[in-house]
Amino acid sequence: MLAVEGLPPERLRNLQDERLRAVVKRAYETVETYRRKWDEAGVKVDEIRGIGDLPMLPFLEKDDFREAYPFGLFSAPLTEIVEIHASSGTTGKPTVVGYTRGDIEIWGEVMGRTFAAGGVGTNDILQNAYGYGLFTGGLGGHYGASKVGASVIPMSTGNTRRQLQILQDFGTTAICCTPSYAILLGEAGREIGMNFEELPLRVGFFGAEPWSESMRAEIERLLVLEALDIYGLSEVIGPGVAYECLAQQGLHIAEDHFFPEIINPQTLEYVPDGTHGELVFTTLTKTGLPLIRYRTRDITKLHPGDCPCGRTLRRMAKISGRTDDMLIIRGVNVFPSQIEQVLGEVEETEPHYQLVVDREHGHMDNVELWVEVSESVVSDEVRHLEVLERKIGKELESVLGLSVKIRLVEPKSITRSEGKAKRVVDRRDLGL
Amino acid sequence: MKVSQITVFLENKQGRLADVTEALAEHDVNIRAASIADTIDYGLLRLIVSDPVRARQALMERGFTASETEVLAVEVEDHPGGLAKIIRCLADQGVNIEYLYAFVGKSGENAIVVLRSEDTDSARARLADAGMTLLSGEQVHTL
Repeated sequence: MLAVEGLPPERLRNLQDERLRAVVKRAYETVETYRRKWDEAGVKVDEIRGIGDLPMLPFLEKDDFREAYPFGLFSAPLTEIVEIHASSGTTGKPTVVGYTRGDIEIWGEVMGRTFAAGGVGTNDILQNAYGYGLFTGGLGGHYGASKVGASVIPMSTGNTRRQLQILQDFGTTAICCTPSYAILLGEAGREIGMNFEELPLRVGFFGAEPWSESMRAEIERLLVLEALDIYGLSEVIGPGVAYECLAQQGLHIAEDHFFPEIINPQTLEYVPDGTHGELVFTTLTKTGLPLIRYRTRDITKLHPGDCPCGRTLRRMAKISGRTDDMLIIRGVNVFPSQIEQVLGEVEETEPHYQLVVDREHGHMDNVELWVEVSESVVSDEVRHLEVLERKIGKELESVLGLSVKIRLVEPKSITRSEGKAKRVVDRRDLGL
Repeated sequence: MKVSQITVFLENKQGRLADVTEALAEHDVNIRAASIADTIDYGLLRLIVSDPVRARQALMERGFTASETEVLAVEVEDHPGGLAKIIRCLADQGVNIEYLYAFVGKSGENAIVVLRSEDTDSARARLADAGMTLLSGEQVHTL
């Protein structure tokens, strides 16, 4: 545990106040979006003396990323940006994030804390089964493992057979991946006769998609380890924003770097601790892409009281939902608006569709897109429809980065409520 | 008048074919020939009916998509080799057949097949050149 994780609250607050003043100044001076928003709101930078003044500042939204695409929100020149990642945007353009060398340091530090909170150190072999690439999971995990001196195996996602073989042969002691993949690994391993009871694997860090306490129990039973929840989003930094300790009583927020507020998404006012609301983050130390009051759209609550582990950093509950229509499927963020866009482009009309997400026990999320056929689309030949299915599937895969099974259905067969089709049917039992 | 085929998109759900045939029966539409192309999730029901306009209306009222396609109806001598003669004639001329199915009724002594080609006009011309008998829309729909 780092000293900063156990700071007395008033000392932590002093640190946050000081850091906030610096980041607000930097954001105003270097990022057009903040300058415009704050000028419009009539807020002066020097009025922001500390955390208590945050409510004076306007919120930053996902759409601000789209408007500033690709690098408009960067606060440092590209000469100082050493890494760029991207995640889904609501339509068309991805949400782009940039890191300075200092930001990468911070990222490694907070991911290092995440692993250390699960007892991982130099003696550990950490199998990183988050995707390496534009997605922040892979590299975030990598930097964190490197920070604590664990031997990292950069597995990335997929190739279950090989994952299991390496896990067994290398003596992996810690693993990180999505919770649904952890279940898949456990079941597949048991099917081929692996005895997890006798393997050195002892702790896992799971996140990037919603999961429940019952999934935790399942993962712990299958893989015989402590399953810890981790939280992050690429806009803030990636994984490492909040992490569970072995007490498993909520996720400690690295609030010396990322200050959380919980608001009522309708009134935008604070909700009391222990009440659910939308999580809002202000990054206190990042220089590449400072976020001031960024609305994450994730719903959670802050746990009052102290954690037996000794960390004084406040804890948040597991994410229990979203205030927008974003879905997380196999760790990938998906907005229904992206699907509308693809269908519009493929068919030049906007047909009725429904996205059906399912998670069979022990399997990864299964996604089907049901598309109602229209007069103009129906052909007398099957192959024309097959070409259409393939075209939609391919286009969706390139936009979402997810393979989706396309299923053509009869017109009016998708249930409509108040004349509007229900766009998403999520049958996954996430226990949220 | 051209020979008009109606194609109905059907999900593989119980009772859908019954719904289609009942809708046609209620509107007094007779089915002359039928075939289904099926996949795992859905099927395409192709129909030659007594009254294509009325049939489409009846189906659309019931919420089905019914598209119309021009096909050819050809008389086939009702003995071994009858169909082979027609197919060979098109194959030799490089005309592809997409699909083909048989009629319920007969035209005199001859059987009838419905066939769909990518190039209906040239298929029609080749068959006529070879002395085959093509039926008109009037003949087919009112048979």
